[in-house]
Amino acid sequence: MWMRKAYVEVLVRYTREGQKIPILIIWEDGRKFSVDRVLDIRRAASLKAGGQGIRYRCRICSKETFLWFEEGKWFVEAL
Amino acid sequence: MGRVILHSDLNSFYASVECLYRPELKKKPVVVCGKQSTRHGIILAKNEIAKRFGVRTGEAIWEAQSKCPNLVLLPPNYSRYLRFSELAMSVYRNYTDKIESFGIDECWMDITESTRLFGNGESLAHKIKEKIKNELGITVSVGVSYNKIFAKLGSDLKKPDEVTVINRDNFKDTVWPLPVNELLYVGPATKRKLNRIGIFTIGDLANTHMAFLVKLLGKWGETIWAFANGYDATPVNKTDHDGIIKSIGNSLTAPRDLTCDEDVKMLIYVLSESVGKRLRKHNLKGKTVQISIKANDLSLIERQAGFDDYTYTSSLIAEKAFKIFTRNWDWSKNIRLLGVRAANLVTANEYVQLSLFSDGRKAKRELLDRSIDSIRSRFGHYSVQRALLLRKKRENGLNINPVEDHVIHPISFFKGHI
Ligand SMILES: [Mg+2]
Repeated sequence: MWMRKAYVEVLVRYTREGQKIPILIIWEDGRKFSVDRVLDIRRAASLKAGGQGIRYRCRICSKETFLWFEEGKWFVEAL
Repeated sequence: MGRVILHSDLNSFYASVECLYRPELKKKPVVVCGKQSTRHGIILAKNEIAKRFGVRTGEAIWEAQSKCPNLVLLPPNYSRYLRFSELAMSVYRNYTDKIESFGIDECWMDITESTRLFGNGESLAHKIKEKIKNELGITVSVGVSYNKIFAKLGSDLKKPDEVTVINRDNFKDTVWPLPVNELLYVGPATKRKLNRIGIFTIGDLANTHMAFLVKLLGKWGETIWAFANGYDATPVNKTDHDGIIKSIGNSLTAPRDLTCDEDVKMLIYVLSESVGKRLRKHNLKGKTVQISIKANDLSLIERQAGFDDYTYTSSLIAEKAFKIFTRNWDWSKNIRLLGVRAANLVTANEYVQLSLFSDGRKAKRELLDRSIDSIRSRFGHYSVQRALLLRKKRENGLNINPVEDHVIHPISFFKGHI
């Protein structure tokens, strides 16, 4: 039902307008996943992991994943 | 066409935010409370499930636990609540800039102008409700009406996550059958007085002759009579641009003109106690005290002074306010209205700086105020009183319970009206 809030390391590109675009996600165990594309950026809550921030809908390895930026830290919903 | 006013209320605010961050608790009875070990261990907020067990805000932790043994106790996280309060504000600001906060979790919006862009009041209320749910992960209930009083009433009628419309066609059916104390500012004391003469519902109040109510309650009678009939015309006063509580103040039109320092001192203590109580309730401390004085010729002055340190202690606020008063008033006129306000606020638990040379008196006074709050919440406002206020209680009628009697309004509510 609910999921774990997994904080991750993220490589970020800043656009000229100052917007943050995640490029690479580094998982807790060190595995790296590159973000193929950011599909949507909006403010949203994570009801499953428990959090609230800017939510990035990303395509990673041809799968869609949500990535949150909350008060200076990045997290994903994990099992 | 009349105004379109919304009142939005974040449901079980503190507890909802906590449950958002602890999804595993969502199906359990949860309360946010003070430290169990200290004397101010009271319930600050409860979720819907705890409410079903009869848990009430303001009661002691042990009382709540006796009704609900599996109650989950969580400590408050005020900086997070302030962040969510501000997030809600930013949602509201998508639709209007006429927003008036009423505490950390409620506000009014005047959307009369916005309806042309965004659709009617009801559909706009639904938009706001959904946006808050998606963006913040907590719910609001929204009242839609043509005045602030009915809008506020509407947000209380159905919750959580609901919209209630009270318009000129349905208010007699929806509002009038409600108990009279559901009306904003009709507290227990006023309710008792009204009940005694057979006024039990808001409709009873609305249909009573206004002059009769004035005889019973003074000018106040006219005000609540107007509220009950939907004649409330108080505007939505824009709060500070960034929506964060900048100050907490109370003002009061005295039952009679004030004519000497002693009168003023008394009222300043009444007002300061209410300001202190509200600061403590929101866990805020202030560094500046402001007073406003309206003379009987309706001229108004405002003066302020600062503390060396942040405080929420009622007596310190009162002492400072009285000092400002004596420095600025020469009694060439008598006084009709007094206001006391604490400004320059910080959250109380973020600002903890114990002076090396502190003798502990400050902490003691704070503890004393917290204890008085908890005694009053259990046994009523008049169970503990300042000797100063007892002195001329009978004859001067100035010892008013600002909270239970609800004769003191947040200044913003009647801004420009007193
Ligand atoms: Mg609320």
